[in-house]
Amino acid sequence: MDDKKRNETYNKYVMSKIPKTKPWPSLFNSFWVGGLICVLGQGINDIYMLVFPSLSEQTAWALTLITLIFIASFLTGIGVYDQIGKFAGGGSIVPITGFSNSIASPSIEFKSEGIIYGICVKMFTIAGPVIVFGVVSSIVVGLIYWIISLF
Amino acid sequence: MDIFLTYLIVFLVGGVICMLGEVLIITTNITSARILVTFVLIGVFLEAVGVFDYISDFAKAGINVPIIGFGASLAKGAIGAVKTHGFLGIFTGGLTATAGGIAAAIGFAFLFALIFKSHTKK
Amino acid sequence: MQKQHTFKLKNKPKIVGSYTIVGPKEGRGNFGEYFDYVMKNDCFGEDTFEKAERKMMETAVTGVIQKAKLQPKNIDIMIAGDLLNQIVSSSYAARAFQFSFLGVYGACSTMAESLAVGSVLVDSKYCKNVVCCTGSHFSTAERQFRFPLELGNQRPPTSQWTVTGAGACVLSLEGVGPRISMVTFGRVVDWGVKDVNNMGGAMAPAVRETLLSHFQNTKTTPEDYDLILTGDLGKLGSEILIDLMDDEGVTLGVNYGDCGQMYFKREQKTLCGASGAGCCATVFNSYIIRKMLEGQYKKVLFLPTGALLSSTSTQQGDSIPCVCHAIVIEMD
Repeated sequence: MDDKKRNETYNKYVMSKIPKTKPWPSLFNSFWVGGLICVLGQGINDIYMLVFPSLSEQTAWALTLITLIFIASFLTGIGVYDQIGKFAGGGSIVPITGFSNSIASPSIEFKSEGIIYGICVKMFTIAGPVIVFGVVSSIVVGLIYWIISLF
Repeated sequence: MDIFLTYLIVFLVGGVICMLGEVLIITTNITSARILVTFVLIGVFLEAVGVFDYISDFAKAGINVPIIGFGASLAKGAIGAVKTHGFLGIFTGGLTATAGGIAAAIGFAFLFALIFKSHTKK
Repeated sequence: MQKQHTFKLKNKPKIVGSYTIVGPKEGRGNFGEYFDYVMKNDCFGEDTFEKAERKMMETAVTGVIQKAKLQPKNIDIMIAGDLLNQIVSSSYAARAFQFSFLGVYGACSTMAESLAVGSVLVDSKYCKNVVCCTGSHFSTAERQFRFPLELGNQRPPTSQWTVTGAGACVLSLEGVGPRISMVTFGRVVDWGVKDVNNMGGAMAPAVRETLLSHFQNTKTTPEDYDLILTGDLGKLGSEILIDLMDDEGVTLGVNYGDCGQMYFKREQKTLCGASGAGCCATVFNSYIIRKMLEGQYKKVLFLPTGALLSSTSTQQGDSIPCVCHAIVIEMD
């Protein structure tokens, strides 16, 4: 019997057996949790602008993001963020807080292997690709812009 | 503008963007690292073609809090630095613009890793 | 079809004692009342989960020797395995004991592997008393094979929950207990499933292979057994197995069950059920042995399955090879 053909048929069959979960509850949860995190960000930003009127818009945004990152790292540390994530899925992965969680979670997890080889080495196991892709694509954009600006 | 309306727009736009992430998870079983990468690249693209600022003026935190905003800052930084520093800006721009976020994420992760222990799931 | 080896044991070694230790979530599951010891938390008083897993296996071995009313000096050899790299939990646990140690690895099929090797050693009378022990820990497996515990991600609907627990038993020719009468060593089977979150689908063909050759070699049918119990195919995997066997004209009826599927209660939200080396080890050494001693089951076919993958092989895009060993346990 042709193994490759058998594997193909079998894989197709397995795919058809996978339980179909109703997508609506998780879509709804990701929607309102994600929306709420954004509203929280807007609120923090507005408060900064109100309390420190001298701040430029850009600085206020930077402070807002740093505050959100702080909150997410803290919630990761006390073991709450993974429960939010289990409930909200994309709602808590896509915001900047999800990025923060992806850096904080391996750091805490691999603490048992020590500060250097645990926390520091494993810190970017998940977020590494995000930074690499982000930086590389920004270089590409900068390069294109520079070439355009030559003419 | 009415403050209530602003927050409603932030909520709706942010919610829809996050829901798109969930759609990706459901349809492709993608891991969270890939979702983050995808949305960062979307942000870089939106900024590079010059659309991001219009969306940002309208949706505020709704687009800036999702990691799309992080991608946009990277691209915006690169473009701005090329304008002021020329060739060197290609390399310094992106990270300079996002230095705050990345340093905060690293710093707080390190701090909390020293303080807390991992919890098992229930 | 290639023939797999079935050993018919002449002396039929007995399982003279068994001991199980599990985590709190497992203790609240369907088999909760049958376990010997339920830990209050997953750390078991240690500072890392790896050390907790070690201590769990140590406790299981100490416990089973006591329950079998033996002294550590009566034990000839301990055969143990777990899921961690280089099976460190077993080796480190064995450090505490004076008897010989044989480490085995068969992923989630490790319990069958240690039982099979142990029963052959006892049957051939090279060893008098053999301890077989297998364990796994949710938190150590999760960080080795998947993601950090604190990461806020969702588990796909086909995923299974690694059991925190260890099970051990003593095999001997003297004493009272169910007997191991036959052992079929399985072949590694790979039908090209690549999804690491769908172990059931990957492992079902391995069970099919072992079941078919076991029935052929022993000239038995599913009706000859009071219970046919697979290891951790889970909900999806066991449905697939029933279909696969149907295609071969073998019907798995009401006497078929799967440890992974039965392990947790529905409200514990483990999606497709339990998995891990500790899954079938803790069910077998508690519930099954107890029910056999009580006389509810006379003849059980026990089929733990293992997915023999590593995170490296997955990242390189390889499919998942699987193995399944069959053990027949009888009560006179």
